[in-house]
Amino acid sequence: MKNRKQLLHLHKNRKFAGVLFILTIVAVSMGMTGKQFSKAEYVKIPQQENDSLASVQAFKKVYEVLMHPRCMNCHPAGDIPLQGDDSHVHSMKPRRGKDGKGLYAMKCANCHQNTNTPGKHAPPGNPEWHLPPADMKMVFQGRSASELAKQLVDKSKNGNKSIEDLIEHAEDTLVKAGWNPAEGLSLPPYSHEEWKEAWLTWLENGAYAPADSE
Amino acid sequence: MVSLNVNNKLIEVDVDPNTPLLWVLRDHLDLVGTKYGCGVAQCGACVVHLDGEAARSCVTKVKRAEGKKIVTIEGLAENNDHPIQQAWMEVDVPQCGYCHSGQIMSAAVLLRENPNPSDEDIDISMSGNICRCGTYSRIRKAIHLAAEINKSNS
Repeated sequence: MKNRKQLLHLHKNRKFAGVLFILTIVAVSMGMTGKQFSKAEYVKIPQQENDSLASVQAFKKVYEVLMHPRCMNCHPAGDIPLQGDDSHVHSMKPRRGKDGKGLYAMKCANCHQNTNTPGKHAPPGNPEWHLPPADMKMVFQGRSASELAKQLVDKSKNGNKSIEDLIEHAEDTLVKAGWNPAEGLSLPPYSHEEWKEAWLTWLENGAYAPADSE
Repeated sequence: MVSLNVNNKLIEVDVDPNTPLLWVLRDHLDLVGTKYGCGVAQCGACVVHLDGEAARSCVTKVKRAEGKKIVTIEGLAENNDHPIQQAWMEVDVPQCGYCHSGQIMSAAVLLRENPNPSDEDIDISMSGNICRCGTYSRIRKAIHLAAEINKSNS
């Protein structure tokens, strides 16, 4: 026979089970009737943390493309563009000029048309063909990965571009011209889509520069 | 049909819009002062002015010239007496003469943008115009003279 203490404990357990049962019913019925929490009750998920490893890793791919002749040839260390897959100094030695579009009778668009001119050794084309301007030379030639990464996000050296501007720049017509070489010229090592993915990964994860030794 | 403004004349030409401007000028409009040299924008013999710029007509599709002012060597001056032409005759610049309409058209752009060019400016501007006779020193001298003629005219 159960004593009074045991009966009381049993009673309490049953009471607790009853309360739990009722709460479960209410919760299930709320779900079934489709009652939803209002937007205001959602907790805002914090922005993704920068991932320096992913950023630096992505920049390796970005750097390989930017140092390819299709990109670097128009980002020379001097004031004369480079030419060809061996990045030799442009024949005729056209000069950058103040706006990057050439000088006097030697303006880029005098030879470079809106589209590639057919045939080997004929000028590649794009409606925006030009070098960076004299006051913002954006030199790629000779830059290490670390130097170039820092330069690309430095507003005083990148044409006052924010990270958002740089993201948008991936679709720039002259950037994309790198993947439309004239006859006989090589393509960058990755497709524009692959490069853009790496570019975005680098920028969106904090635009970290690789170590100087890398 | 392509509509063009050539040497201040409005002209309609029945050509494929992708035809190089050079061939429209020479073969359809009989303006043969502009020469064919390399065909790939490397030599400068075919230079004409397109809205004032020294365009290489061998690689310029005629459709690009629509709505723009085209000036050829024939239209540079009414009586072939542009200061550069005067200087060219005075210095007796050409030897065979084949490249010189292109040379003169390029020099005209230089002097418009830089009325008193240094030797270096001349070399920069004219480096895309090749002369197989090697008349470069006389070209430079004539450009300096043309600058003087311009100054005395103004």
